[in-house]
Amino acid sequence: MTKVQSPRVKLRGIRKCPTGIRGLDEITEGGLPRGRATLVCGGPGCGKTLLATEFIARGILDFGEPGVFVSFEEPIGDLTANVASLGIDLSDLRKRGLLAMDEVRVERSEIEESGEYDLDGLFIRLGGLIDEVKAKRVALDTIDGLFDGLPNEAILRAELRRLFRWLKAKGVTSIVTAEQGDGALTRHGLEEYVSDCVIRLDHRVKSQIATRRLRVVKYRGSQHRTNEYPTMINSKGLSVLPITSLGLSYPVSKARISTGIRKLDSMLGGKGYYLGSSILVSGSAGTGKTSLAAAFADSACRAGRKCLYVSFEESPEQLLRNMASIGFDLKHWIPRALLQFRSQRVTLYGLENHLANLHQWVEEFSPSTVIMDPITSLGGEGLIDEVEAMLTRTIDYLKGRGITAFFTTLSKSAQAEGSEVSISSLIDTWLHLRTFESGGERSRGLVVIKSRGMAHSNQVREFLLTDKGVTLRDPYVGSGQVLMGSSREVQEARDRDGAAEAKQGFEKNQGEMEGARQRLEAEIAAMRLRLKNLGGEMKAADDRERLRATRLSQERRQLRISRKAD
Amino acid sequence: MASAGTKGKSKKAAKPRGASKKSAWDLRLYIAGRTPRAERALKNLERICAEHLAGQYRVVVIDLLKIPQLAKGDQIVAVPTLVRNLPTPMRRIIGDLSNTERVLIGLDIRAR
Repeated sequence: MTKVQSPRVKLRGIRKCPTGIRGLDEITEGGLPRGRATLVCGGPGCGKTLLATEFIARGILDFGEPGVFVSFEEPIGDLTANVASLGIDLSDLRKRGLLAMDEVRVERSEIEESGEYDLDGLFIRLGGLIDEVKAKRVALDTIDGLFDGLPNEAILRAELRRLFRWLKAKGVTSIVTAEQGDGALTRHGLEEYVSDCVIRLDHRVKSQIATRRLRVVKYRGSQHRTNEYPTMINSKGLSVLPITSLGLSYPVSKARISTGIRKLDSMLGGKGYYLGSSILVSGSAGTGKTSLAAAFADSACRAGRKCLYVSFEESPEQLLRNMASIGFDLKHWIPRALLQFRSQRVTLYGLENHLANLHQWVEEFSPSTVIMDPITSLGGEGLIDEVEAMLTRTIDYLKGRGITAFFTTLSKSAQAEGSEVSISSLIDTWLHLRTFESGGERSRGLVVIKSRGMAHSNQVREFLLTDKGVTLRDPYVGSGQVLMGSSREVQEARDRDGAAEAKQGFEKNQGEMEGARQRLEAEIAAMRLRLKNLGGEMKAADDRERLRATRLSQERRQLRISRKAD
Repeated sequence: MASAGTKGKSKKAAKPRGASKKSAWDLRLYIAGRTPRAERALKNLERICAEHLAGQYRVVVIDLLKIPQLAKGDQIVAVPTLVRNLPTPMRRIIGDLSNTERVLIGLDIRAR
């Protein structure tokens, strides 16, 4: 918003008249056709009047071109009050002689028609206003007022044709607004007369969330972008958000930034996220998404990088308190202008407004990191397309500026990796948090689903929130299963017990075996003794036998001798 | 806003008989130049007034080419426009007043 360039692009004779409305000059490649009339059509409340008013006011303020505003519907006082909130002071511009305004009221109930007439009265009034301020720009808001007031449509049509020719002849660039018709651009077929440039505004409400769109339907003699662009009205007025990403030509950084959690860094190739990448953290309720976001915010600030934290669920105070309880003192970054919190309820604004606000904050604060927590709050069921489109633009916008984008998203079930698929292709690093329930408790697990351009861990890590911060633990992988939380503790204790038991058993065995050995040895000793004894007995018997035999032979000899036998 | 008219170029201030009642009908005819249509309107108006409001009316003709500022006050868009300033409420009749019936209805002289 600070710099509104005036690209007076000359494209084969068509001179452009910049509107000064953000984005509109981009998609019209320079502005409205100069010296011609542009038709702005759309339903009630789509921002036609604002576009016309801004065209005139910005023409005066930014481009030094005096203007005329003729209102056929709203009283001038209301108009002035309406745009005062956008910082546009119409009465001041009028006092300075740069703006002429008039209100044309045609009350059908007051008017009787008798015979032919023309609209010279209007021409004279308009001419007088143009001359009064030497206007270069004219806005006629909403021309349908004439159709409502004047009964003879044939005369009116002829006169309008004359009016547009007359405006052209005056050399002013004009905007004419008209109500949208059923199945037609305008209710009264005005596109027939104003054929140089037609812009259509749209305001639709889906699932109670309003979105605004703008489309350049036609632009004779000039290139223009034909898509529907999201449009929003915020405190700075109307802005159109072109999707700039079609080229996918972002500057890419090789630099890394810590996730704020050492173990997570090591899961991501040891260094953390890429600067300027987009990170998605998904997970069901209470899995610690915000904590991961806080860890990153802290890390970014620590690295001296500005961080914008957009919260859709918690107030800054609440968030600061909660994060302090897990060891992230984010508060002290705020006065150092490193951290900025923005909280807003999603239901307060339409989607496009969120985007516009984001743009505004980014432009004001120029952060290098933007955290949006959680993006799922942006839309309910049936809004997926819109949310997706909005996120696409958000990511584009942030990437285009080299800003690291960090989103959290709530998954409906622990396993629902499919629910985020719609934007996952835009995400560079996707972390998924899930809970594991066993043994009467839940524990958190973190897994890297993808991370482009880096070697990353495929392990599920246990994710612990402690009062000293966030840490990751390798899960228990013994006994053929992966355990977390206290079941892991239990298993580890059980394992310890088991070992002691085994040792005891072993010791017990040892003792028993020793006893057996000793018993055996004793037996052996006894047997040896018996063997020895047996040997002795055998010898004694042998001796006895020998003695007996000797004695026998002696006795026999003596007997023979005694018998004197020979 | 009503006083502006008298400063204008009062072409006709017809007040035949009964001048005391002249304020009963205060009419202004806005035109943009003396075009044939303007002349027709003027003639038609004079005739209708003479027939129906004899002696009780006053007509001021305002040429917006000469005093364009006056178009704003009476919210003039179409010309010719006949404005019934008095009696209130204000009435407007646009066109060259060639349809007398419509003029009478417009001026509330004849019931709708």
